[in-house]
Amino acid sequence: MIDGTHLPVLQVVVPLLCAPLIVLVRGGRIGWAIATAASVFFLASSLAILLEVQRVGVISYAIGSWPPPWGIEYRIDAANAFMLVLLGLVASVVAPYAWASVRAEIPRDNHYLFYALYCLALAGLGGIAVTGDAFNLFVFLEISSLASYVLIALDRDRRALLAAYQYLILGTIGATFIVIGVGLLYLMTGTLNLADIASRLGDVRQARPVLAALAFLTVGISLKAALFPLHMWLPGAYAHAPSAVSALLAATATKVSVYVLLRFYFSVFGTTAVFAAMPMGDVLLALSIAAMIVASAAAAFQTDLKRLLAYSSVAQIGYITLGVSFATATGLTGGIVHLFNHGVTKGALFMLVGAIAFRLGSSRIDRMAGLARSMPLTCAGIVVGGLGLIGVPGTAGFVSKWYLVLAAIEAGSWVIAFVVVASSLIAVAYVWRFVEVAYFRPPSEETARLKEPPAALLVPAGVLLAASVYFGVEPSLTLGAAYGAAEALLAGPR
Amino acid sequence: MRGYLVLRVVAKIIVPFMLLFALYVQFHGDFGPGGGFQAGVIAAAAIIFYALIFGLPAARRVVPDRVVESGIAAGVLVYAGVGVAGLLLGGNYLDYFVLDPDPVSGQHRGIFWVEAGVFITVSSVMLKIFYMFAGRQRKGDDG
Repeated sequence: MIDGTHLPVLQVVVPLLCAPLIVLVRGGRIGWAIATAASVFFLASSLAILLEVQRVGVISYAIGSWPPPWGIEYRIDAANAFMLVLLGLVASVVAPYAWASVRAEIPRDNHYLFYALYCLALAGLGGIAVTGDAFNLFVFLEISSLASYVLIALDRDRRALLAAYQYLILGTIGATFIVIGVGLLYLMTGTLNLADIASRLGDVRQARPVLAALAFLTVGISLKAALFPLHMWLPGAYAHAPSAVSALLAATATKVSVYVLLRFYFSVFGTTAVFAAMPMGDVLLALSIAAMIVASAAAAFQTDLKRLLAYSSVAQIGYITLGVSFATATGLTGGIVHLFNHGVTKGALFMLVGAIAFRLGSSRIDRMAGLARSMPLTCAGIVVGGLGLIGVPGTAGFVSKWYLVLAAIEAGSWVIAFVVVASSLIAVAYVWRFVEVAYFRPPSEETARLKEPPAALLVPAGVLLAASVYFGVEPSLTLGAAYGAAEALLAGPR
Repeated sequence: MRGYLVLRVVAKIIVPFMLLFALYVQFHGDFGPGGGFQAGVIAAAAIIFYALIFGLPAARRVVPDRVVESGIAAGVLVYAGVGVAGLLLGGNYLDYFVLDPDPVSGQHRGIFWVEAGVFITVSSVMLKIFYMFAGRQRKGDDG
């Protein structure tokens, strides 16, 4: 019978089965129920897997009972177990939120499609996280990407269609680069199992095709992860997508892509090949710093709150890759914990902005004058989330930035430590734009009439926000998991 | 094109053979080139051919939109269901060995149902794409 040993595959199969099931029953309500159940199962299963991984180290699951490297292997260590928990946490908060949000933003006939695609996106993202097979990874990447293109396009706003199309074109280019990279690795090693590729790379590590594969994979994954300057698809996609989709994608999709980058860098090519023999560390460092400064500055000039948050996401990806670029335990811990902390914080923020848009009908900042009087809770929530983006002590953002600064100092670079702090000051500027309008301007006729958004929207957002504060005050859980993940990655090819 | 007697008669003769050929490609996939994807495309092509000659509404009466959309989902369910059957019978996901006491016929059985799932989904998706394009161009026209 089915028992705990099958959790790695059930993690993916349950949402994957739920998607066609929702299409068959064709109901918005029942679709919501199924999608929520799938998300909660995902979270429960990911927590069980994390505990198991902390006990035994690495879980390997052979699909179809074909032993690896012949069959597809699902291989979970501390790094992907942590990713799964982030996915599960965000998904099981966004799914309840979607109930009210989707009814307001998506035509009724498409509700069941939304929930089916939601499950597909979850299955795809989960699949990327659990798989230990390079081609399987590409397939899941496509599943999640195709689902997210459609999810974005489902919004009533016609601009969503254009944004989704842009994302589709750039996402497909990224996926093509990734599959070319995987193909080159297959050419040189004759295997697709990631661990097997790593062990067979041995002497050919410096061969041209392998270096080309490294380059293709880096560019392809960076496109998916929206690493500056390959982020052009992101602001439009997040700004015009339905609120629930923005929250889900902002908190998970780019993060999973960063995880893929980590997996290829540390577990396949190996730390020395990527960071010592090739100048990838310097390249990542330069791009990360550019992202932190340029994208933060761009965020400060946005007129739409969702778009502002989207640019802030590009900047935050910069912080994550900054941690990666050091290739040290502290740096990686900082990067990985920021991956989690920022996912939680930004998810909560997008949900709160969605809640404002639910009442206001727009997310333009200039229409939010005096909003704090009519929606005190929602606005306070955004301020708390904003403090998390800045990295004020007591929020999760502080913990991760603290580690990044530590890593920079460890690497002997006070300049980078200074840049991290300075770019946080730009975050103050863009968070202040909302504060200034919502708290210090007199309410307009429009905002004075508004009420607080319904609890169905505020409670899920509040849960995620509370998590971001909790992990700021009591970071031992997330830091411990992130440190374990960093160690597992730095241990090199498995 | 309903006015053309020759086309109509030929279509009526050919469509059953196309469907039969689809089934041949489907079931011979174990031993020769073929399989669910190709067979699904051929089956969908037969319906599309029918639609070209007799008009979109006629094709929609034969294979309604609802059936097409359910088919897309049902095929995936069949495929994934084979995997779950492997789990229930005590193997890993998509383990065909446990589907039959004899492991080799277990493999046959597993791939048979997986290909059936692929057939259903691929033919439905092909038809859905055709319906969407054809339906969009001339609303209310019989093509």
